[in-house]
Amino acid sequence: MTDKHHHEHKHDDHAPLVEEDDAGNLEGQQITDALQALLIRKGLLSAGEVTLEIQNIEAPGTHLGAKIVARAWTDDNYRQRLLANGKDGASELGIKVGEAQLEVVENTPDIHNLVVCTLCSCYPRSILGQPPSWYISKAYRARAVREPGAILEEFGLVLPKGKKIRLHDSNADLRYLVLPERPPGTETLSEQQLAELVTRDSMIGVATAAPPGSSHV
Amino acid sequence: MEKRKRIPARFQVGDRVEVLDLKLEGHIRTPSYIRGKAGTVIQFCGFFLNPEDLSVGNTSGPVYPLYRVSFAMNSLWPGYERSEDDELCIEIYDHWLNPPES
Repeated sequence: MTDKHHHEHKHDDHAPLVEEDDAGNLEGQQITDALQALLIRKGLLSAGEVTLEIQNIEAPGTHLGAKIVARAWTDDNYRQRLLANGKDGASELGIKVGEAQLEVVENTPDIHNLVVCTLCSCYPRSILGQPPSWYISKAYRARAVREPGAILEEFGLVLPKGKKIRLHDSNADLRYLVLPERPPGTETLSEQQLAELVTRDSMIGVATAAPPGSSHV
Repeated sequence: MEKRKRIPARFQVGDRVEVLDLKLEGHIRTPSYIRGKAGTVIQFCGFFLNPEDLSVGNTSGPVYPLYRVSFAMNSLWPGYERSEDDELCIEIYDHWLNPPES
């Protein structure tokens, strides 16, 4: 930590751009570490509880979302129940959704859905795990609501002419899962094989599901 | 224990609404790009605690109605480059909405 000192000139003239401690931690991390140490010292929290919570946060992954999508592709009644209530639909498959509500938005030949959280990084973590770094970047959050067509092209997705984009700004209590279109030529695949085609990016909306036989996994 | 107060829902699916530009401070979940814009209510999401209260540790405030509102992209951005059919859906709390100025 730097000592306080007095100068006639403005402190900005030689202050470091970013304050770091000896371990290279930024100020926010230093405050968080200090708070955690204090809570543990006061017996309000244990280190084991923190580790367990981190494990719980990191446990879900895209395989849960993919399972939901594959079931919706193969069972039309399930698909309709899922669209009516995403949380209950996930629960039917034994998948617990921790967020307040899950809204499943379906891609069709006419509509392509794209999800963004302009304010922060809201994302259906309990069924997709942690979001990719580009999703939480300021560039994505600012540009997706302004120029979604350009964003999709940068991800390599060119939508057919006449297909409309429906954007979802995940700014409050709902979390969104895109139900991508089922790729053609997959009629003979099992539900498990279908789930392997469902990519994280297709459930956010910057990609379509992988075609059968692709090696994206 | 007192029953939690519930702010009544003033709008229903299909209503045209305008997003207000409330001069509130603190944790706000209504982004600036949507303020002053007119859209259509597409879904009533239910009643939720207000993040503006929660962020200052007030967990005993009323629950507010939350709606999903749809806006035409070309009404949000001058010179929007894609289709006039493109839309943006976002969640807005009841107190941030009014019927449109006629």
